[in-house]
Amino acid sequence: MRTNRNQYDRMVRDASPPSKVVKNCIWAFFTGGTICLAGEVLTNAFVQLNYTNADAKMLTSIALVALSAVLTACGWYSRLAKRAGAGTLVPITGFANAVVSPAIEFKAEGYITGVAAKMFIIAGPVIVYGILASVVYGAVLYVKGRFGI
Amino acid sequence: MYIEFRKPVYITAYAAVAGKKESEGPLADCFDETVTDDYFGTDTWEKAETEMQSRCIKHLLHKKGIDKKDVNLLCGGDLCNQITSTAYTMRDFAFPFLGLYNACSTMAEGLIVASCMIDAGHADNAIALASSHFCTAERQFRTPLDYGGKRTPTAQWTVTGCGTVLLERAGKGTAITAAQVGRVVDLGVKDANNMGAAMAPAAAQTLKQFFINSGTKPEDYDLILTGDLGKVGTQLLKELLKKENIELCNHNDCGLMIFAPEQKVQSGASGCGCGASVLASCILPQMGKGEVGNILFVATGALMSPATSMQGETIPCIAHLVNIRSGKDLHKK
Repeated sequence: MRTNRNQYDRMVRDASPPSKVVKNCIWAFFTGGTICLAGEVLTNAFVQLNYTNADAKMLTSIALVALSAVLTACGWYSRLAKRAGAGTLVPITGFANAVVSPAIEFKAEGYITGVAAKMFIIAGPVIVYGILASVVYGAVLYVKGRFGI
Repeated sequence: MYIEFRKPVYITAYAAVAGKKESEGPLADCFDETVTDDYFGTDTWEKAETEMQSRCIKHLLHKKGIDKKDVNLLCGGDLCNQITSTAYTMRDFAFPFLGLYNACSTMAEGLIVASCMIDAGHADNAIALASSHFCTAERQFRTPLDYGGKRTPTAQWTVTGCGTVLLERAGKGTAITAAQVGRVVDLGVKDANNMGAAMAPAAAQTLKQFFINSGTKPEDYDLILTGDLGKVGTQLLKELLKKENIELCNHNDCGLMIFAPEQKVQSGASGCGCGASVLASCILPQMGKGEVGNILFVATGALMSPATSMQGETIPCIAHLVNIRSGKDLHKK
């Protein structure tokens, strides 16, 4: 073959169509915004029901996670996400989808070795590095407090 | 390795079964059977692929009117780990079985191995089989089905389909006359969502070697049919061959035939069921009717695994080729 790896790399980049960035961003903005709006509506509704602000926010997260789990189970979340991209990935609903979808998928392999073991194959890194980041943050706060910075 | 069979190895029957999305595509009426439920009446995707293969073999045996005990050999495989779909199908049929894996080039590989066995006199007949199922492949190579992810424009859609071809020493009409066994080629593509680009160099290499060995040119063939290069891979194949001073003509790609543009499959279709089911549902019937006389079927396979992809390895690819002829083209030199 007369084409080497460097030449082929350029050919591949020229031949591969780029993602439709503007369209994707518009979809992500409006879908993500709609999910956030739903969160705001829920928080206000819980406050109206005489929950404290902190409890209302916690209940909103629970409600959105539950809603995402139901939509994932019905197969609707992935359909929306095909268009919405980051709009459905970034909010807490995306995290719920990342946990529920492998749980459904690996049910055939049993509740322990399938559902439980595979549930965090996508969300696991978020949890691991989320905890690591919180440990680092806590250490920084401790040092600051100790030395009165 | 170039093989010119001593006598034509005849294709005496073929069958194809496909899934729901394929039944909504342009080849819907060509398949022997399509389903509205991709579970094929089972409760797991792996069982579904095995059931799809079983139905396809039953259609083949029924069309030819032979009993399963008369089958000398089956050469085939699929995309599941350890080619379990095919192995589990063989548990029920109990044919002498050579399990093959060369990813999406498995159908061409199966046709070559089966033809060699018949040509060498070890078998009077043999079945070549390949299948893929969108759901088994997706969960093995990518993400869970219900995970909300966005596909890149270069991604390809794994076909839910199975193709089987019965080859025999005696027959008439359509036959395999020559083959080119491909070499592994790797031009450094790492993106598992751009398989067409990864596989195009392997197809170019195999085609070039075949043209040199057989002393033929692309225009000598009515159709040069690649397995699953999709839009991106097809464009790259043409560019690569142009650099080798070969102008590719009369070309089509199974990955561009099985779905319509409005079915939103990005760069096209893929999977070893793609080439196998298009060949057995659309191309071989055309050859039987005399609409196409001399074709090259070049199935391409990307030989990576999820582990090698995660380790940042580039994707080694392969392409195998068979020359299928019919009618007056059969005995042409």
